[in-house]
Amino acid sequence: MAKLRGTGIAAVNYPTGMNLGGDPSQALIHATTTGTFVISLSSTDLGQGLKTVIAQIGAETLGVPFENVLIDTADTDTGPHCMGTFASRATHRVGNAVIMAAKEARKAMLEVAAEELEVSPDDLDTDGKGNIFVKGSPERKIDITSLALAAHFKYGRTISGRGMYIKPKSPVDPETGKMDPDSTEAHACVVAEVEVDTETGEVTVISLKSAYEVGRQVNPALVHGQIVGGAFMGMSHALYETTAPYYPSPDHAPGSFSEYIIPGPHELPHIESVVLEYPSVNGPYGVKGVGEMTANAPIPAIVNAVSNAIGVRLTEYPITPEKILRALEKSPKVKQLAENRS
Amino acid sequence: MPSRIVAFNLNGRDVEVMVKPLTTLQTVLREHLHLTATKSGCRQGGCGTCTVLVNGEPMLSCLLPVEDIAGQKVVTLEGITPIEGLHPIQQAFFDNYAIQCGYCSPGVIMVIKALLDRNPNPTRQEIMDAIAGNVCRCTGYEPILRAAEDAARRLQSA
Repeated sequence: MAKLRGTGIAAVNYPTGMNLGGDPSQALIHATTTGTFVISLSSTDLGQGLKTVIAQIGAETLGVPFENVLIDTADTDTGPHCMGTFASRATHRVGNAVIMAAKEARKAMLEVAAEELEVSPDDLDTDGKGNIFVKGSPERKIDITSLALAAHFKYGRTISGRGMYIKPKSPVDPETGKMDPDSTEAHACVVAEVEVDTETGEVTVISLKSAYEVGRQVNPALVHGQIVGGAFMGMSHALYETTAPYYPSPDHAPGSFSEYIIPGPHELPHIESVVLEYPSVNGPYGVKGVGEMTANAPIPAIVNAVSNAIGVRLTEYPITPEKILRALEKSPKVKQLAENRS
Repeated sequence: MPSRIVAFNLNGRDVEVMVKPLTTLQTVLREHLHLTATKSGCRQGGCGTCTVLVNGEPMLSCLLPVEDIAGQKVVTLEGITPIEGLHPIQQAFFDNYAIQCGYCSPGVIMVIKALLDRNPNPTRQEIMDAIAGNVCRCTGYEPILRAAEDAARRLQSA
């Protein structure tokens, strides 16, 4: 028997957030006595790095260092409402809410600084290093710790802000079906290269190469992490994961985590990716979103690559060795190989 | 069956615990001693996140009755973490974005620790073989492999 190689391609257009919209998120910001800006959210970080990117967006809008921002997602019962961390919506929706809250908090911060420096708030700017200074004379400045202390104990004021974002729910025209389903779309294309062992039906993914257009990247390292992790997850769905594999009887189905087949480090293919940034018009600093989509396109790309390798169209995944061996019985390529041998 | 006292060395200190027979080391660490860096995943030896070192060897604490390690040396993630800063392996994981949700990280880090202790300059294949029993659902393993290689370099130049 032989090892057959194939290449497959798949593309995805990924709409950020809930279909038709109507999925709000809120944010509250307040400064502590020592000038830490606490951003309260109910938006949970699942490991995708939401706390990091939200702190970046908050710091950028407030004009304070990243280290001065603390994200508090401690309790979804008591925090400001968030629809949830799904549909790649969090950076887009929550980021917009945080920008709105941060603008209000920044205004309050500059008003206190104006009193301390005896100028108009319009004459002030932030240096992003923890100071507020008078435009044109940067030596006249106040650091945010002194400012927060003054706000609390001298002026009796809060430095705080409220923010929310909602894409209003789009109605669907019952006559025409016309609607506004999404706020922004990210795009990607994945090319998979595979090798199929015609003896065992096993597939080795040799490489997954991709191009992603995700709007502005707030944090390129985290975007890359999503793409690599998602590629692996997609491969896992394409080839392995199911609670109902094709086996002679249901007794053979996995009954626990230990028997549920997922790939490990040995199955890691060569993963390569380039990211294009076309900022969205309604995302925070041009964000679109990248998360769920990274596990989407690798699946059809791999299935297409296997179909290309064996010459038989496969329409059901995961493409387990059992399914491939059955498909190989119909493969013209395998028939050709057998004829050549005999 | 009555409870009995089991003594062992944990992270350099002698400890005694009163346990029912077959109580796992994982339960003792997390529920008796409140050392929660060692995670509880599948509780059937399938995911690797509960890995600790027993006499320097990586072991699945969810399958290990604590009586079996009486008198032996156990090291958990708490045991390699300095009071200030991070262990070089932890720092390498941090710097290489090898942690996303973080649930597999304690087990993976202990496996890498055991590997680098006996093989300071492993190949990528040897690292993959070492962590083959650790399930990671977020990273796709690639950053973990990079972090392990980086950790080896850091420890060798230290």
